[in-house]
Amino acid sequence: MTQITRDDVRHLAQLSSLQLSDQEIDALQTDMVSILGYIEQLSELDTTGVEPTYQVTGLENVWRNDTVQSGVSPDTLLEIAPASHAHQIKVPKVL
Amino acid sequence: MSVISDFSATTARENVTRAIARAREVNGEYNALLAIIEDRALERADAVDRGEITGRLAGVPFIAKDNYLVFGAPTTAASKILGNFNAPIQSTVIERLEAEGAICVGKANLDAFAHGGSTENSAYGPTKNAYDTTKVAGGSSGGSAVAVALGIVPFALGSDTGGSIRQPASFNGVFGLKPTYGLTSRFGVVAMASSTDVMGVFTNSAEDAELLTDIIAGQDVRDMTTLPDFFKPADLLKPQQRIGILKEFMTDAVHPDVRARVLAYADALRDAGHTVEEVELPILKYTLAMYYIIVPAEVSSNLARYDGIRYGQRADAPTLAELYGKSRDEGFEAENKRRIMVGSFVLSSGFFDAYYLQAQKARTLLIDGFNKLFETYDVLIGPVAPTPAFGIGENSHDPMTMYLADVMTVPASLAGLPAISVPAGRSEAGLPIGVQLIGPRRADAALLALAKSLENNSLLENAA
Repeated sequence: MTQITRDDVRHLAQLSSLQLSDQEIDALQTDMVSILGYIEQLSELDTTGVEPTYQVTGLENVWRNDTVQSGVSPDTLLEIAPASHAHQIKVPKVL
Repeated sequence: MSVISDFSATTARENVTRAIARAREVNGEYNALLAIIEDRALERADAVDRGEITGRLAGVPFIAKDNYLVFGAPTTAASKILGNFNAPIQSTVIERLEAEGAICVGKANLDAFAHGGSTENSAYGPTKNAYDTTKVAGGSSGGSAVAVALGIVPFALGSDTGGSIRQPASFNGVFGLKPTYGLTSRFGVVAMASSTDVMGVFTNSAEDAELLTDIIAGQDVRDMTTLPDFFKPADLLKPQQRIGILKEFMTDAVHPDVRARVLAYADALRDAGHTVEEVELPILKYTLAMYYIIVPAEVSSNLARYDGIRYGQRADAPTLAELYGKSRDEGFEAENKRRIMVGSFVLSSGFFDAYYLQAQKARTLLIDGFNKLFETYDVLIGPVAPTPAFGIGENSHDPMTMYLADVMTVPASLAGLPAISVPAGRSEAGLPIGVQLIGPRRADAALLALAKSLENNSLLENAA
């Protein structure tokens, strides 16, 4: 059975960009042990030589005409951004 | 029997005003709606009454699950991170309904980001069952099902990723259709799991579901997974159909009242001249495990976009990394985080082959199994859920207990098959119970035709 430690939960939270509290980490550790314990039963199934199905439509290479269409204006998009400055979205320092 | 057609006898303004009044009357008790759209709805109603907007749904009010982008109210997906999000575009399904004159009067409650089967995961409190306010509405489209069951509107929109239309339809005694994957456009609906998300309707009759599906179905250049429209409303194509009851769904673990209603529906089918026999699909045992690998994987990818940068709630933080982490921690519900984390786990290096790839291979075996059955049978039937609506708080202590309630709806989702929940009577305690009809891909109209043909069957007289 896959073991999930608190450090594993912290690592996954980092991969998922979630800044979790200690309490949340404890709760998620318990839940993930239970969930992974259940889904592990899939390993019993013999899938040798079976191709995976990532999507069910069977569609391949769907094309559309490369024509300009009216879309949403930059002003409208800036209006719904949490912060903007000089017609750009404002964010904290990256480095 | 169509309920929608009744709305053509009154003015659009009367229809909209009445729907909004009814919504205000009952919402305090049921919490089915997160927003009422009044100004835009009345403007559109007046345009219908002036004859400026016409169509098959002229002046018919409806409610959309709050993960559909709709003008006139925020789209929250019942989350805090989208709490103030005013959509700059509308979903294709809404556009198609509006083009026929329908009027959206409100947004329905759901499990945040549609993660759940009870509407208890909403950031804005649970929706109560239309028949018993101590019970859950089902989910994730709980508010939509309750809005139709309470008669606020004649139809509502839901989305179904693993049962989110069918299960609340069953719990509230209304019709709920999950179309074939690719029949309805996903454009403009908050994405959950892109390979199984399907848009569909809640109605009071199979006939209304047919009319609405005919309107919303078809290819959309903005959703490259949509198929050319194959939906053609029809009467019963085959008078004598071969129908299979899925044995794996009729075990002792299933509530006796649920089994009894499925068997009553089977009797009604036999009475109408069809053949009904038990069939086996052993791989069904593994479908819930497949679902809870594939869907969290897609969820973790789809929810990566909510980062507090371009739209939605942004937390105060000195650095960009902390801004992401804090905005997401504050903006998501516990179940959202659980699914993101499980998704990150099954996709992470070292575990990918054992979990994600294995699940997608198992999915192929599931599809093969269904295909084999559909060589012999026209339709498969079974329960929608193992129990009638459960109590509020009853399953929320343990996520795995809650997930097990999805066991009968996830197979059609993973295989992309059309499936409908049809009201089939009540439990001894008076709670509605639905029966699930599953068809081969593209058999949406045939399923509705079968459901329609049974609507007046006397063996189902105590149906809701």
